Amino acid sequence: MVDDVEVTLFPAGHILGSAQVRLRYRGETIVDTGDYKRLADPTAQAFELVPCDILVTEATFGLPVFQHPRPMDEIRRLLKSVADNPERAHLIGAYALGKAQRVMSLLRQAGYDRPIFLHGAMVELTSLYEERGISLGPTKLAIEASKAELAGAIVIAPPGAMKDRWSRRLPDPVLAMASGWMSVKQRARQSGVELPLVISDHADWNELRETISETGSSQVLVTHGREDALVYWCRQQGLAATPLNIVGYDELGEGGE
Amino acid sequence: MKRFAELLELLALTPSRNRKIEALKTYFAETPDPDRGFALAILTGALSFKNVKPAVLREVVTREVDPHLFALSYDYVGDLGETIALIWPHHGAQEDLPRLGDLVELLETTSKSRLPDLIASLLTRAAINERWALVKLATGALRIGLSARLAKTALAEMSGRPVQEIEEIWHGLKIPYTELFDWLEGRGERPDIAHEVRFHPLMLSNPIDETVDLDKLDPKDFSAEWKWDGIRVQLVLGNGPASLFSRTGDDIAAAFPDLVDNVFGQAVLDGELLVGENFEPASFNDLQQRLNRKVASARHLADYPAFIRVYDMLFDGLEDVRRLRWTERRQRLEAWLEKNPQTRLDLSEVLSFANWEELAELRRRGAAEHGHEGVMLKLKTSPYVPGRPKGLWFKWKRDPNVVDAVLMYAQRGHGKRSSFYSDYTFGVWKGNELVPIGKAYFGFTDAELRELDKWVRNHTVASFGPVREVAKELVFEVAFDSAQLSGRHKSGVALRFPRISRIRWDKPAQEAGTLEEMQVFLGAT
Repeated sequence: MVDDVEVTLFPAGHILGSAQVRLRYRGETIVDTGDYKRLADPTAQAFELVPCDILVTEATFGLPVFQHPRPMDEIRRLLKSVADNPERAHLIGAYALGKAQRVMSLLRQAGYDRPIFLHGAMVELTSLYEERGISLGPTKLAIEASKAELAGAIVIAPPGAMKDRWSRRLPDPVLAMASGWMSVKQRARQSGVELPLVISDHADWNELRETISETGSSQVLVTHGREDALVYWCRQQGLAATPLNIVGYDELGEGGE
Repeated sequence: MKRFAELLELLALTPSRNRKIEALKTYFAETPDPDRGFALAILTGALSFKNVKPAVLREVVTREVDPHLFALSYDYVGDLGETIALIWPHHGAQEDLPRLGDLVELLETTSKSRLPDLIASLLTRAAINERWALVKLATGALRIGLSARLAKTALAEMSGRPVQEIEEIWHGLKIPYTELFDWLEGRGERPDIAHEVRFHPLMLSNPIDETVDLDKLDPKDFSAEWKWDGIRVQLVLGNGPASLFSRTGDDIAAAFPDLVDNVFGQAVLDGELLVGENFEPASFNDLQQRLNRKVASARHLADYPAFIRVYDMLFDGLEDVRRLRWTERRQRLEAWLEKNPQTRLDLSEVLSFANWEELAELRRRGAAEHGHEGVMLKLKTSPYVPGRPKGLWFKWKRDPNVVDAVLMYAQRGHGKRSSFYSDYTFGVWKGNELVPIGKAYFGFTDAELRELDKWVRNHTVASFGPVREVAKELVFEVAFDSAQLSGRHKSGVALRFPRISRIRWDKPAQEAGTLEEMQVFLGAT
């Protein structure tokens, strides 16, 4: 309780520990989803649907062009490429918190049991996930591996390191990138990504709409992303909807994934 | 269709030329006729569906998706085809799409009124990755950075035939190229095609090394001409419309109707395509206005009329004269032009000189006074040999112009160079300010590139996305072929073919060139 407001956290399914916030005051309920996704993911506590009167929803992928494919299909494409190119390393760009561990977990679910090589920036957060009981299988530090060892291997690094000097140690790497933005091929091409993996920790257009409907809210505030399309859709459904512009959170290009 | 979609995606995303060729070879080797032939036609831009217009696609998509949401999405994605592929509601690809050959037939034969339904049902059946390929092939706008030449190169490598042999007959072949594949795979003869659409691979020259070659060559054995600053073309004249081929065998006639509709006679001629009034060649910049366009606008036709400065003859009438010596071919060419006087063809003048010193002087004056690119030397006894034979034709380019310029910005390269700052923007002084005059990404060794990369990283003063601004301390000696006025650069000057000729680690930036000094280069073009 904070000043008569009841505050409760619910899992958001985005990354380990991510939460939605429910505020209750004099019988009225507001839920802020924060970043969330509803697909099953062993590296995050499963999203819980929280009914409310007013919903504050994220909209990172708030356009109908974003229909995320099944992550396991993407992992199979990755594994096929690894099998087809045994002399090359596969370098996957993924954020150090959340996405890297999600990719590792998906690889393990697909039966990949070889060591996964990590950029130094991944190590601490990956250990943290392990401490919390999320088993991600054998890992090694890429910096300690020989070029021969890295041929045919999967390496995960933060996107910023992919094209930096760090990556020169890798044998002729296939640049892959794990992100919901990768569905747009022209973008992938412009950023020099050879193997785009559409793996997202955010709700896609269909999930965003389903969630809004299922919460039963009559008023929707849309934030963090492409608000216009989602606000338009809500109004078509007869819901009161407005974009919520957070001061200092102007659109900084394509962050947040 | 699944295979073709995978191929298209790989071609769009892999930066490596060799890997693209490998992928094409595998695809052509493993895919049966006629599917692979249709794929080849789509990849080389030879196939388009006249009824599949962007308007039809818009109609299809806005029946399925709210038009406002579509507009917002298109605005974000920026490419109509890709927006449609992504926005189409995904139903989980229950059924395979038809084979490529059947798909092409469906798109070709379905009536205009039923086309929207067909496209909608195909999009619904397709898997996510297939939708992208489907829209790309239906609209014919691949935009994946693949040249027809690359596809032909893959066919050549697959079959062990020289790529020239494929180029020679390319324009006479019929989709889906079954005869071509039969020949390439050793099951049939080389397809026989009409003379008028046959491309004859060009004879190319080697650069001359003044310090070594000239001493060994006798000036009396050679004929000299100006090296014209246009593009090399082959004109095939005969019954029916003329063919105009680029040096790689692409037919560019459609972009030059003013030329091909006004030439006549029967011959195969080799020359330089130029633009200008009364056979007075304008700059390469002007020619460029007309290149890379599928059709010419009325304004371009009026402002930049095209003509060919002819310098060789491959066929006189129907007679193949390539085995004759250059002197005889030249006589034939002169006689032919006299018999067939033309408004769009003229003869490349033969320069007279007694020795190499005289020719060197001509070459220098030609560059300074008329902006000629240099001179061509042709062995008088030489037959017309396709390819780049040694010792027959030489190009003796003008000395490059050079300017000392200061490195201002650096950007990372592509492919193997993607971790290196290898693209450099440089400028010259305008008073106390540096103004950019050009960009170059070659002219240095790998070892120098590593040094430069390190230098850029240690001297960065600001970053704008992928671009780093560096301290204005490093001087490049930049070589270039010519300079032109340009509204695009702040300096008002644009360089043609700039490259880094030396890195002047020693030179203080204050001593680099100035914009005033650049003015002298503008005169001679």
